[in-house]
Amino acid sequence: MSYFLQQVINGLQLGFVYALIALGYTMVYGIVRLINFAHGDVFMVGAYLGYFAICYFHLPFPIALACAMLGCAIIGMSIERIAYRPLRSAPRIASLITAMGVSLFLEYFCSLKFVFSPNYLAFPRPFAVRTYQVGNISFSTIQIVVFTVAILLLVILQYFVQKTKMGMAMRAVSYDKDTAKLMGINIDFIISLTFGIGSALAAAGGVLYGIAYPQINPFMGIMPGLKAFVAAVLGGIGSIPGAVLGAVIMGTVETMSSAFISSTLRDAIAFSILILVLIFRPTGILGKKGTEKV
Amino acid sequence: MIGRNDYGDKEIMKNSDSQKAPVLQLKNITKYFGGLKAVSDFDLKLKQGSLVGLIGPNGAGKTTVFNLITGIYTPEQGDILLNGQSLIGVKPYQIADRGIARTFQNIRLFNDLSVLDNVRIAYHMHVSYGLAAAIFRTRSFAREEAELADRAGQLLSIFNLQNRAPEKARNLPYGEQRRLEIVRALATEPKLLLLDEPAAGMNPQEITKLMELIHFIRERFKLTILLIEHHMRVVMSICERVAVMDFGEKIADCKPDEAQCDPKVIEAYLGEE
Amino acid sequence: MKFHRILPAIVVIGAYSLLQALMSSHVLNPYWQQIIQFAGIMTISALGLNLIYGYTGQFSLGHAAFYGLGAYTSALITKSFPQGGIASLLVALPVAVVFVGMVAFLIGLPILRLKSDYLGIATLGFGIIMKVVFDNADAVIPQMGGSRGMLGIPKLTNFTLVFVFAIATIMVIRNFVFSSLGRACISIREDEIAAESVGINTTKYKTLGFVIGSMFAGIAGALYAHLYTFLHPSNFDFLKSIDVLLIVVLGGLGSISGTVIAAVGWTFLLEGLRVVLPSQILDWRLVIYPLLLIIVMILKPKGLLGGLELRFLKPSLDCSDRKE
Repeated sequence: MSYFLQQVINGLQLGFVYALIALGYTMVYGIVRLINFAHGDVFMVGAYLGYFAICYFHLPFPIALACAMLGCAIIGMSIERIAYRPLRSAPRIASLITAMGVSLFLEYFCSLKFVFSPNYLAFPRPFAVRTYQVGNISFSTIQIVVFTVAILLLVILQYFVQKTKMGMAMRAVSYDKDTAKLMGINIDFIISLTFGIGSALAAAGGVLYGIAYPQINPFMGIMPGLKAFVAAVLGGIGSIPGAVLGAVIMGTVETMSSAFISSTLRDAIAFSILILVLIFRPTGILGKKGTEKV
Repeated sequence: MIGRNDYGDKEIMKNSDSQKAPVLQLKNITKYFGGLKAVSDFDLKLKQGSLVGLIGPNGAGKTTVFNLITGIYTPEQGDILLNGQSLIGVKPYQIADRGIARTFQNIRLFNDLSVLDNVRIAYHMHVSYGLAAAIFRTRSFAREEAELADRAGQLLSIFNLQNRAPEKARNLPYGEQRRLEIVRALATEPKLLLLDEPAAGMNPQEITKLMELIHFIRERFKLTILLIEHHMRVVMSICERVAVMDFGEKIADCKPDEAQCDPKVIEAYLGEE
Repeated sequence: MKFHRILPAIVVIGAYSLLQALMSSHVLNPYWQQIIQFAGIMTISALGLNLIYGYTGQFSLGHAAFYGLGAYTSALITKSFPQGGIASLLVALPVAVVFVGMVAFLIGLPILRLKSDYLGIATLGFGIIMKVVFDNADAVIPQMGGSRGMLGIPKLTNFTLVFVFAIATIMVIRNFVFSSLGRACISIREDEIAAESVGINTTKYKTLGFVIGSMFAGIAGALYAHLYTFLHPSNFDFLKSIDVLLIVVLGGLGSISGTVIAAVGWTFLLEGLRVVLPSQILDWRLVIYPLLLIIVMILKPKGLLGGLELRFLKPSLDCSDRKE
């Protein structure tokens, strides 16, 4: 039983990291209907920025985290400006392919020797790691940090989206871009902002991932990015609570499959669950049933 | 009895008894969308060859009725009968096969395809060759394709669209797009035609032409027509009868001029001229 | 016979003869022979995806899974008949293709009803599941090698075989697309609700397009297995599915000639970069390639041919698709 609960906690840890990535996917999809395949690689860059902030500049953890988030926000907004904005009126598939191109570019550029190099790097732990026992279950400082940072960021995001004027503008644009424009909302700015926030969250996810699973390399974003995206769809793409729900489910299922069934089959199990959910709820768990007007 | 109509197509001629039975009958149709009752206890009978209007303010449920008839939605209660056969649970493409064709409120053409292809696709259910014949280009395939192109071309000529045949449907002017949608519907050789706001966005001259067209197709193709419209001129001049809806319910079912005087109809938003 | 029908036939025969001569006389070394055959194999696979996505509008991100199924299935069969030679491949091909078709049918049944992006995700998930299956298949079928890879597949693919199959694929898909069945598929891409309203059984035709398209991926996979003689599950992961999708979009959705040009061009671009770049910056190959991809997409978002088709492919009866 305690082993089970232990795995649940591990699953939640992974799930919260996925949630930080999934939010970027869901917000961008909600606003421009783009599956930003490059998002997982922004997560990777965030991990590296955190690495350099801690190892080379010896910044304390919160500052390093903030730097990584800021750096990736800028990168994310630049990508949008350069690669996606020109294609806003083109068929959606063109943006999708471009996103794949950006993804490949980030991966291979970062793996060049003079950039990050293709080798695995050991991510430092910028704070003392202690284990705490509650009954038969152990918590480590890492898990506490992951949960705290993730939940804090989620709360801030939720507040921003629901209670501020800009957040309302973001929601408006995701419902109906043209009407929002007519209401005087600066679409370009809002879209940039969305990419910026999503990328910053992914960066936070990257740093936390680096701390929790301390090996980073330029291709580390592919699978987590994919899983986070699946999580966003599972929860209902375009829905912020859905992304978190889907991510937590994905993380838990993955960890539990690995622990109780087989770690080689864990991806197959996770994706089978995805397909099953989509068959019964085609727009995801919390997704809106988009009825097409006939 | 089997005879041939103007096109030389086989057509089962009804004996006088069944000519009295309604082509379309809706009985106590109710449709919910979540908690909203979009259509409530709706009844309708259409006799063969009639031209009936379905009117009412926006949001009254008229297009929902169309969608129920064509099988896009399934009613929670009630029955829909085409020549006595129930349509409940029948898939939309099967309903098209049984003889109901429609146009859409916001034109739904195959935009990237040519005008000719738009019509040819509508003939698909009458095509008899299969996959092997298509891939190996057998003689029967070639013959049927030629016939198909011919029939589609003839149909387009009747409606003066044959010159547009190679153009993409999206490039046609609005009025011709609406006409093409009607032509495409006719290519399925329907018995019942549902027209959803065919006059929308048209100027008065176009509307006059449209009314002539509707009369023409009813005669030429021996159709029963149910028409949703907001342009009262159209409704008053061509409809033999109108069914008036408001908030999902039928509030009147009578001749157009009677409807004009009905206080319930006046009270509901009668629609704009 | 019309002139514009004879000319392409002459071009095809001429191209074949030229390339075959260059290969037999070893002007083209074995490396380039392999690349040319690979280009042909990618063409077949991409044409299959073009049928599924470009023509029928079903967004499939799992195409490599069927490619892999065709590869492994045919390899298992030919390896069972080690003295079989080319005959064993010609037997293995239809068996593998039918098997791939059945799997495509079974997976298509529940997921083809999903809308666009969700279908993409479901097929992506299927692709990943298949890769995990390939990785662990040796637990059930040891010859498949699992994550160690499958070795020792007889090298039965040759240029003639690939060329013949590529041309056959082009003709079959072209004949399908310019027929009422093909038009039914296209109508689904354009407007599914309108298609249903004119009597098209959209479920049937979505499935038909998906199964046939996947079967072509199976053919391509089988030819691939017997060219490279070694299979590893990482050859069939979702990144490979994305490669094929890329080719189809680059060529222009719904254009056979576009897909062929893009498939060949893409293969030679990747190889060409390997040749052109000086060895010190060879690892820039995979940095330049996506940059080129991004630039092409921004400049030509509808693909290189923009969905238009070369005239000789269109039937003379057809007066549609006037070049604009």
